[in-house]
Amino acid sequence: MTTQTVTGLKGKHLLGIADLSAEEIGLILETAEAMKEVGARPIKKVPTLRGKTVINLFFEASTRTRTSFEVAEKRLSADTLNIAASTSSVVKGETLVDTALNLEAMAPDMIVMRHASSGACHLLARVCKSRIINAGDGMHEHPTQALLDAFTIREHKGRIGGLKIAIIGDLLHSRVLRSNLLLLGKLGAEVWVAAPPTLMPPDVERFGVHSTTSIDEAVRDADVVMMLRIQLERMQGNFFPSLREYFTVFGMTEERMRRAKPDVIIMHPGPMNRGVEIASEVADGPYSVILNQVANGVAVRMAVLFLLSGASEGDQL
Amino acid sequence: MPVVMDAARVERTIARIAHEIVERNRDLDQLALVGVRTRGVPIARRISEAVAAITGTRIPVGTLDITLYRDDLMRHTVGPQPVVHRTDIPFSIDDRRILLVDDVLYTGRTVRAALDALIDFGRPRSIQLVVLVDRGHRELPIKADYVGKNLPTSPRESVQVRLAETDGQDEVVVQEAHA
Repeated sequence: MTTQTVTGLKGKHLLGIADLSAEEIGLILETAEAMKEVGARPIKKVPTLRGKTVINLFFEASTRTRTSFEVAEKRLSADTLNIAASTSSVVKGETLVDTALNLEAMAPDMIVMRHASSGACHLLARVCKSRIINAGDGMHEHPTQALLDAFTIREHKGRIGGLKIAIIGDLLHSRVLRSNLLLLGKLGAEVWVAAPPTLMPPDVERFGVHSTTSIDEAVRDADVVMMLRIQLERMQGNFFPSLREYFTVFGMTEERMRRAKPDVIIMHPGPMNRGVEIASEVADGPYSVILNQVANGVAVRMAVLFLLSGASEGDQL
Repeated sequence: MPVVMDAARVERTIARIAHEIVERNRDLDQLALVGVRTRGVPIARRISEAVAAITGTRIPVGTLDITLYRDDLMRHTVGPQPVVHRTDIPFSIDDRRILLVDDVLYTGRTVRAALDALIDFGRPRSIQLVVLVDRGHRELPIKADYVGKNLPTSPRESVQVRLAETDGQDEVVVQEAHA
């Protein structure tokens, strides 16, 4: 495993993978190793963030990410508050900044936010004193997902550099894709992306990846296959004729998986649409690490919460 | 930079601690060593080997990282968080007699954190403290059961234990701390 050469994160916030160096990513993954052990203890709790308050501010639906952050916060003994947009003053017309400043008046230490608008976390970071953690902003980034994906790949393959990683599905609407491309690029993986032309981001090559409309080409000899969800809720217009046709051409089946390396692992950030982007036999197959991803999400988020709770270069002392 | 213990002295001291442990603990099967990262771990392993050489019984060794239990983590306004490493205790500590091992005993705050961490793993029958060097200046009511060397120091000095496993050679040195 890599040995990190940095001992802290430079930034105060975690807004995206774009801001992190390869060494900082290494530090987060190493720290997550230690955090994973905490989750395996009889008492799955350490006193590290005792007295710290973390607000989970979710303007978009989420089960996995919100629960995962909450479990991570509780395992570190932080006090947590959950605010869902549907039950907050947002429905009365309050702006994001006003909501944030009002929450901040109650002196939280960190705010974990998910929002439908790309860049919402950056806006919050400019007006708030609290540490901000991006739990997904629009179609922009979802950094903790990419970090837990990297952690899971490393756990199974021992490394990331040099692996062939195929990412397949609704690439256009995916913040998970963006964060993963940035991260896998920094750590030196060979990344292939596959999607129908209508769901391929026009500028995807600038991330240094191979793009194709052939799922078989992407999967051939892959070490890792990552499936992305068809995000019907973000689609305005017709991107493909029908879900059934999508599955026929771009769905991951056992047949297609055979083209990959024999020790391939298959990943999915969830929630899965079985029979749309992934066949049930594949999702539940022996090479599936989809539930490991969920388990590792807690450890990775604990690492991020812990590392951000220290002082950073940007602090005024 | 005065060397207060050389390699031969470190070796003899660890052998003496091993003998004391054998003398004072009738049932060696109930013992387990837990080393506090970083340098408590190789010392714990060497004690285990020394006890095995004397009695033929090998005492299991665990590794404890106390970073997440430190009382100064959230008080520092300068500097990043210390790096956390894995804790690895591959046995149940319930009803065991634990020998907690560290290199230097100073304020006692590390031992306090280690005790809190250990107790989260179960309920040992007892915990005894083993240190290679006791340099005084306690800030908490903590006392070692096995001491390699008592070393009177001034708070301005720093005591460094160096071990072959972590630093290339065995020695204990006292330095004037940089202000």
